[in-house]
Amino acid sequence: MAGNSFRQCPTSGLYFHRSAESLMKAHAVMAVVFFLIGGIFGLLVMLTRMPSVHLLSAETFYMALSIHGTDILIFWIIFFEVAVLYFASSTLLRVRPAMPGLGWLGFLLMLVGSCTTTFSFFRGNSSVMFTSYVPMPAEPIFYLGLILFAVGALVGCFLFLATLVVAKREKTYQGSIPLVTFGALTACIIAVVTIVMGAIILIPTFLWSLGLIPNVDPLVYRTIWWGLGHSSQQINVSAQVSIWYAVAAIVFGAKPMSEKVSRTAFLLYILFLQLASAHHLLVDPGLSTSWKVFNTSYAMYLAVLASMVHGLTVPGSIEVAQRKKGFTNGLFEWLRKAPWDNPVFSGMFLAMIIFGFIGGITGVVMGTEQINLIIHNTIFVPGHFHATVAVGTTLTFMAITYFLIPVLFRRELILPQLAKWQPYIFAGGMVLLILFMLGAGTLGVPRRHWDVSFSDAVLKFKFAGTAITMLGMAGVGGILAAIGGGAYCLIAVGSLVFGKRLDENASLFSSFGFPMSAPAYKVSQPDQLAMSPIESHGSGSHAAPGTFALALVFLVTFVVYFFINAKYLSSLWHMS
Amino acid sequence: MTQHNHSGDAGGEEVPFMQRLLDNPFQLLALGVAFPIVIYMVWGLIEAVTIPLAP
Ligand code: HEM
Ligand SMILES: [Cu+2]
Repeated sequence: MAGNSFRQCPTSGLYFHRSAESLMKAHAVMAVVFFLIGGIFGLLVMLTRMPSVHLLSAETFYMALSIHGTDILIFWIIFFEVAVLYFASSTLLRVRPAMPGLGWLGFLLMLVGSCTTTFSFFRGNSSVMFTSYVPMPAEPIFYLGLILFAVGALVGCFLFLATLVVAKREKTYQGSIPLVTFGALTACIIAVVTIVMGAIILIPTFLWSLGLIPNVDPLVYRTIWWGLGHSSQQINVSAQVSIWYAVAAIVFGAKPMSEKVSRTAFLLYILFLQLASAHHLLVDPGLSTSWKVFNTSYAMYLAVLASMVHGLTVPGSIEVAQRKKGFTNGLFEWLRKAPWDNPVFSGMFLAMIIFGFIGGITGVVMGTEQINLIIHNTIFVPGHFHATVAVGTTLTFMAITYFLIPVLFRRELILPQLAKWQPYIFAGGMVLLILFMLGAGTLGVPRRHWDVSFSDAVLKFKFAGTAITMLGMAGVGGILAAIGGGAYCLIAVGSLVFGKRLDENASLFSSFGFPMSAPAYKVSQPDQLAMSPIESHGSGSHAAPGTFALALVFLVTFVVYFFINAKYLSSLWHMS
Repeated sequence: MTQHNHSGDAGGEEVPFMQRLLDNPFQLLALGVAFPIVIYMVWGLIEAVTIPLAP
């Protein structure tokens, strides 16, 4: 083999292949760019929904909402996820990436696509929000951009699978692929489904916008679109859970409590998570109750079960590792003595708790067909998904960024004190934003609504004073979260440009996707990855009483919250 | 090394079904695509397009 193409990171011991690391960097950098754009517009949306500020005009509001939803939910997250796919395949399996040239083509498609769609928003005639329900039309370039982006992401998925094949053929690892790679495989499989559904519906819609097809049926659109819209969120769940396992291993040296159980939980994701797409259509007429109930209840609960398994085994494995280190006092010494000032840990742990306690519980409750009627299309819904994507996924990605800056980019973090606080500021702001959105939604405040005071409407309606106050409070949380998000961008980009070089070959260019100069790569092929000892079963005691206690608190909260909502529902419909 | 080889060729040792499934990305991909396409999409579409049109 000509020349050396791997380097070993001296801090983490991980091996990075020259081409793969460039692809990771390019995707991660673009992700942060779109996070910044999406975040700024999120703040503007928030400042409009605060009744006392009401910043933007109606037209600009819907444009801003479209940019916020699309750029942050789709572009930030998917760019980052493709970077995770390269990491989980090439780096974790110590293998060269398959066809890196094609990887760059995929990147280019994603870049052109995301810029095209964002550009279409700024032209002002595509404020259809990320759901782009027909028959509300956007300009053709809006759909075209999304299609190009999706094709690019699909290329990333296939290269991930191809890299698994190369690794197997070249025997770069023993036994099964590591759990984190398995989680990434889950994300990749769900991404393929997402993109297939997206193609099935967005290509006809694109043709319709060009006038080549007379119409697209709204119910057909909604059914298939949510196969994309919901599934794409499940890519996030799988990717973020994989990162939780990775962080537990990186920070604590923790081993999964049971490989078998965790992998089976991922399998439940692969089989069932995407069926829950139906929960977005619970109030749509035309689809039968059997279809709704099968897809949301039977299937969704199996996927929820899987999330609860991960929610138990990730902290459980951390607890086991901590107890081994001697933090054995009481139920929670292991948790109290965790490195709370390390943003890699604090970000991941906060993400997990908020994802589970707020996102998970509200999700299951509103995924119940009857209860859904109380909050359907209210601001409760964005409340729920800011807990899942804006905290669960986003904060997890932020946390792993703090690990990747030194390890992948070979730069020291700038502003380490700010980095220490950043997860708390972001999570704290988000929790306020979320809780008050949930509250206002329960009182009936609609989502995607420019002016809930109805000042220039013919038919007036007055919301309870508490609802209006809650929107204002949500705004305070939103501003705090935006400060936390801004701090993240500042630290991430600032470190890539100004951070102290940890490798003399790390240049400004190498921060943005170019390989480092040749001497950085000293290894031609790393040693074969040994089989993790845990794979041979029977790994001793797994006592994690603290985690068990936390799980009980979780279950009690769950039951109480479900009960409150069912009670509320029964009081809305008086039956004699 | 006493640990068996998961690719299933060596030693004549029977690899459990679940493990063979979990170790085969393409089988997982096929299942992961088939389930939602059939149970969610095809079933949902059949319901959506069989709604009778108003006269
Ligand atoms: C910077 C902090 C953020 C603030 C202040 C914020 C605020 C908001 C507000 C006020 C809404 C509008 C609710 C409505 O009127 O219906 C919204 C919608 C939304 N947000 Fe955020 N958000 C933030 C971060 C995020 C993040 C990180 C994500 C995802 C990764 C996200 C995803 C979304 C999505 C998908 C929507 C729905 C858009 C739509 O209904 O079309 N937000 N956000
Ligand atoms: Cu969903």
